[in-house]
Amino acid sequence: MTGPSLMDSLFQRSIDDLIKALRLTPPGTEAAFVAKAIEEIRREIRSTDPHTKASALQKLTYLHSLHGLDMSWAAFHSVELSSAAAHSHKRTAYLSAALSFNPATTDVILLLTHQLRKDLSSPNVHDVSLALSTLSSICNSDLARDLTPELFTLLSSSKVTVRKKAIATVLRVFEQYPDAVRVCFKRVVENLENSDMGILSAVVGLFCELTENEPRSYLPLAPEFYKILVDCKNNWVLIKVLKIFAKLAPLEPRLGKRVVEPICEIMKTMGAKSLVFECVRTILTSLSEYDSAVKLAVNKVREFLSEDDPNLKYLGLQALAIVAQKDILAVVENKDLVVKALSDSDVNIRFEALRLVMCMVSEDNVMEICRILISHALKSDPEFCNEILGFILLTCGRNYYEVVFDFDWYVLFLGEMARVPHCQKGDEIATQLIDIGMRVKDARSQLVNVTRELVIDPALLGNPFMHAVLSAAAWVSGEYIKLSRNPFEIIEALLQPRTSLLSPSVRAIYIHSAFKVLMFCVYSYLKLNGEESSLPSTLTDSELVSDVELDDHNMIVTNGQAPSASSITHHLTQESLLALVNLVEINLGPLAGSNEVEVLERSTNVLGLIKLIKPMLLGSLNDCEGDQTKGELKASETVKMIFDSCSEDLGPVSVNAQEKVPIPDGLVLKENLDDLEEICGDIKLPVLTSFSLVRPQFAETSNSAECQGKDESELSTGSTSLLAEHRKRHGLYYLSPGNTVTTSNDYPPAHDPKDMAIDEDEDLAKLTEKSLLTGKKPSQSKPRPVVVRFDDGEVTNAATNRTEIKAGLISGAVNEVLLGDEATTSSSSRRKPPKSRRAAEDSNVSITEYKSDASKIDQSEHSKAGLGGSKHNGHGKERRRRSSGKDKEHDRKDKHKSDSAAYGKHRSRHRADKAVEAQAPVIPDFLL
Amino acid sequence: MIRGVIIINDQGKPRLIKFYEFQPPDKQQELVRSIYRVLCSRAENVSNFVKADSLFGPDVRLVYKTFATLYFVFIFDKSENELAMIDLMQVFVETLNKCFREVCELDIVFNFYKVHMILDEIILGGQVLETSSEEVANAVDAISRLEKNANSMIPSIPGWQR
Repeated sequence: MTGPSLMDSLFQRSIDDLIKALRLTPPGTEAAFVAKAIEEIRREIRSTDPHTKASALQKLTYLHSLHGLDMSWAAFHSVELSSAAAHSHKRTAYLSAALSFNPATTDVILLLTHQLRKDLSSPNVHDVSLALSTLSSICNSDLARDLTPELFTLLSSSKVTVRKKAIATVLRVFEQYPDAVRVCFKRVVENLENSDMGILSAVVGLFCELTENEPRSYLPLAPEFYKILVDCKNNWVLIKVLKIFAKLAPLEPRLGKRVVEPICEIMKTMGAKSLVFECVRTILTSLSEYDSAVKLAVNKVREFLSEDDPNLKYLGLQALAIVAQKDILAVVENKDLVVKALSDSDVNIRFEALRLVMCMVSEDNVMEICRILISHALKSDPEFCNEILGFILLTCGRNYYEVVFDFDWYVLFLGEMARVPHCQKGDEIATQLIDIGMRVKDARSQLVNVTRELVIDPALLGNPFMHAVLSAAAWVSGEYIKLSRNPFEIIEALLQPRTSLLSPSVRAIYIHSAFKVLMFCVYSYLKLNGEESSLPSTLTDSELVSDVELDDHNMIVTNGQAPSASSITHHLTQESLLALVNLVEINLGPLAGSNEVEVLERSTNVLGLIKLIKPMLLGSLNDCEGDQTKGELKASETVKMIFDSCSEDLGPVSVNAQEKVPIPDGLVLKENLDDLEEICGDIKLPVLTSFSLVRPQFAETSNSAECQGKDESELSTGSTSLLAEHRKRHGLYYLSPGNTVTTSNDYPPAHDPKDMAIDEDEDLAKLTEKSLLTGKKPSQSKPRPVVVRFDDGEVTNAATNRTEIKAGLISGAVNEVLLGDEATTSSSSRRKPPKSRRAAEDSNVSITEYKSDASKIDQSEHSKAGLGGSKHNGHGKERRRRSSGKDKEHDRKDKHKSDSAAYGKHRSRHRADKAVEAQAPVIPDFLL
Repeated sequence: MIRGVIIINDQGKPRLIKFYEFQPPDKQQELVRSIYRVLCSRAENVSNFVKADSLFGPDVRLVYKTFATLYFVFIFDKSENELAMIDLMQVFVETLNKCFREVCELDIVFNFYKVHMILDEIILGGQVLETSSEEVANAVDAISRLEKNANSMIPSIPGWQR
């Protein structure tokens, strides 16, 4: 490529030309145009004429900044142009550097050091400003180290603009090169006493950033900040000082006592909303132990909430969320406004309000709140509606339904939520329906009523979002069919024609539930028959009755639910049962040819059962004795066995159950099983239901039922042993040996003394509360049903989750990392305040001595704790210079130490020329 | 600290992008696009705050305001006051108005450099420097005068044409 000619310079396009041309480019051809422009720029930028070069760089920077073009190749040209004599060229060069240089990777940054140094010492204010603003954008540790002396000079510049810019730049330099703190800190602190608002604002802003990371180191400066808080009238400065005190106050209780008054005063007298809000936030986050101040702050929040300005409303709600963590009553007081905000047009406000409402939930008001929320959900847009439903499910399900006292109500409510038109939370609702079924025995009868409503409604089948709920409802209906008033109705619902709209996996659950219902009906019928005509052989009266009693004891619980068998007695005639069997057969017959394996499998199971029992039913209908009797007996025996296997109570399984299973000797878990496929290729494996909560043995037992039709006598014993084996396996694989077997395998018996104790406690608590609160729902006076839960796995699991979240937040940003470090370091320096107090008491010390003492102690404590590693600052300097970017974090950790150390050193060194002694009496009694 | 200042027009075209911590160009463009997507979905007369955790990490907020065809966006962390940021935005717009006399989108389009110059007088390295639009306008005028004088003294192409 040839160099730029004179013609290029003469006819160069200016940045205005470029922008104009770019605006005229037809859409779609933009990329081509930009590519051409870049080519042009590449030529022009090599010009020796600064004007041409500057123009080219201007254009390039523009394209880089607004069109996202790479300009890292031109970094050297920026450096070159920065030495131009004309201020405008210099500005172009520095701006391009500020916008495009990556402090970590752009290596030509170092070449800029000299020019920056020159400009920082320039007599021209604008050159200095420009250099400072560039430095703050591209500062890396080398630049920071090399330019610290210049910056130090500028910190006491007589020109206000320069000085405040230097102060703002110092923050970046400190971050990159902590040793600069030792040089500059004293001058920075001196500026705290400046009367110019610009300078004061800059320096307070700087301290606000610094305290954010390492507040403890800045405690000695509290008197200065206090002075500003009391004297200053500038809102910007006050906001920053408040932020500083929000960090400092929790570290030193006496400080909180001093500042709470002035802060309340500012909150009362100042008009600026931003300042008032900052006061409110400071009090609520850091001074929450001062009740009167909190009360005042909450009143202000209430004012914010009543305003029309959506910003104030939003911030007010956020402030309430801060209070909610400590004092929920303050939120309850403002319930009216919060609930009103739920129907705000702003989604942010609605969301915050929802969060607050959910904070307020307790077992006393959960019903009321859920009722309010569901009415909002019905009114709002789909997105927010689902947000509400999600929050309700989350809050009510939290910690094993902690807030739910009346499960009958909650189960009904779940059904109601499922029917909300925009509901997309089917999965969560389904999980809770099943979970409650398994954990809360007392809720089962109501659960069955609710799921019945869901299952028999043909309209719901058309809504794909409902399918998860329906599958849970079908499962519950099948599993707890004993509690149903009308099993026939359920089976009809499970087989209704519109079930063809369901996905195969859900449909499989429907069919399997139908299987369980049918089984129950047949068994109940057999049992009735047994009672009436006392069948011989194994199926004797006594056995049946005791069996049922046992079942009742297991399944049907305290609240006097009518015993299942008798409730359906009047339906159960041979005719009705036969009609039912026929209905099932007709409906499932076609499905035996389904190409969905799940559906195919389930329906074949049911048809196999029908094949087994139909002769029996027909036989007794025709009143043929003799040959039939034997077959009937076998069949009834089989039915009993299948029924038994299905009626075993399902309990929740601990998430950690699998881990507790000891690996048997000789079992190699990680063996390559590729060749297994060849061996087992033609064996049909039992298909598990897609619903993870259904036990695997369903599949197998129903398989055995199918087989039994062919060879009854042999298989009946075979299936018993199979079942026994399976139970053994079930016990082995799902639950660990030892204590946990009992806790997770069986429900804690309803009258378990331990649980009783808990219940009594709760009752007591309820009663005491009841005496305080009037108008309580009568249903809550009955004891809360037992919710089965494990002490082990699930809890620890939640705990690990929490730490994970915390870790995620910590690693989020550098700030968070430093805060995390602070948590560990603060414990080591906790003993500081008393020590420094003693130091101050020793003599009537001046402020400077006191401070240097404090920081020395601070320093020595840190070296004692072994965090810093270096005992002398002189060594530290060398060590730091050697430390690479990897050690940056470590350096920052050290920073606060050097901050205060340097501060103390300089303070004492320059003590003579300072007029601060005059203030001495104010300080000691301030912190004391 | 202020993390960034962005001006986007109502078509989603960026008019000013300034981040106070280095962001690679494609990341900048991506952020602008995601911010625009959020902003244009918001109704009128709603609060000016948007949660920006997902884009910038925890505790970072975004405040925006619509002026004619432009969205002004400030991104900041928890050491800034939300309402003060709205005021600062007002200061920025007022200053633009003073410097360009009835500022409109075209002024900002064609004065890339001057807009940056104004912003640099208000915010430096993420720290608020000046909150009086009067002061900022004066400083910018002074710089413009300096540049004009310098340009008239130094020949743009050395050598023959003068």
